[in-house]
Amino acid sequence: MAKPTLVYTTYIRSTPKKVWDAITQPKFTRQYWGGLALVSDWKKGSTWDMATAGKTPEIYTTGKVLESTPPKRLVLSWVDPENLKDVSRVSYEIAIVKDTVCLTVTHDQFKPSSTMPGRVNGGWPRVLSSLKSFLETGKGLAAANCG
Amino acid sequence: MDAVFKALADESRRKLLDELHKSNGQTLGELCVHLDMTRQAVTKHLLLLEAANLVAVVWRGREKLHYLNPVPIHEISERWIGKYERYRLQALSDLKRGLEQNQPKNKQPNKKG
Repeated sequence: MAKPTLVYTTYIRSTPKKVWDAITQPKFTRQYWGGLALVSDWKKGSTWDMATAGKTPEIYTTGKVLESTPPKRLVLSWVDPENLKDVSRVSYEIAIVKDTVCLTVTHDQFKPSSTMPGRVNGGWPRVLSSLKSFLETGKGLAAANCG
Repeated sequence: MDAVFKALADESRRKLLDELHKSNGQTLGELCVHLDMTRQAVTKHLLLLEAANLVAVVWRGREKLHYLNPVPIHEISERWIGKYERYRLQALSDLKRGLEQNQPKNKQPNKKG
C-alpha cells in the first residue's frame, strides 16, 4: 500500500448525516465551495462533476464514484477535465469522535507527472475550514474555491 | 483554538511541522533522524500536535504516518484576515520574497512620505 500524499482533518460540531449532505448536495456545496457544486447521484460507478452554476456550467473537475457508503465513506476518482489521464483519488471519511464529527479527506494516488498536488494543496484547507464554518454557523467562508 | 496556539508556541513543535511540510507522512523514526530531540520528546510533541489537530495520523499496517494538517491554521487566518486583504497580503509577501531572494544586492531605497 502506497503512502497517501495529502491528508486533512477537521472536527465539526454536526452530525454525520449533515456532513454527508453538505458534501453531496449542490445546494449546500455552493455555499462553502466558492459557488461550485459537486453534482452526481453518488452511486458507485456514477460520474460526478465539480461545476459552476448557470445554464452552461464549466466543469472544473470530474471523475467517478468509486465507493459510496452514506453517511460514512465516499471515495472518488479525481480527474482533470483538460487532461483525462491526470487521475487521482479522493476519500472522505466521516466518523464520530466524542460529540463531534471528524471529517478526514485523503487525496492520493497521484500520477508521477501530475500537477494536481500543487493545485489542490492550498485549496483543501480553504474548502474544509469553509465547510466547517458553514455547518456550524450556516455561512461558508469567502474565497473558498479549490485552487 | 487555544490548543492550536499552545501547540504552535513551542519552537520544537514548529520544527516538527516544518519537517512534515518538507516531507509529509513521516513515521516517528523518520522524524527523529532529522531532529535534535530524543524519541520521547518527539513522541510527546507529536501527541500535542495531534490533540490540536495540526497533525493528522494515518495507519499503514503497523506504521503510524504523520501529516501536517493546515486546516486549523487556515481557520485562524480566516478569523483575522479579511476577504480583500488576502490578495494584497499575498502580493506583499510575494514582493518581499522576490526582493529578498532574487536581488539581494539591489537594495530598495526607503520610501518616505
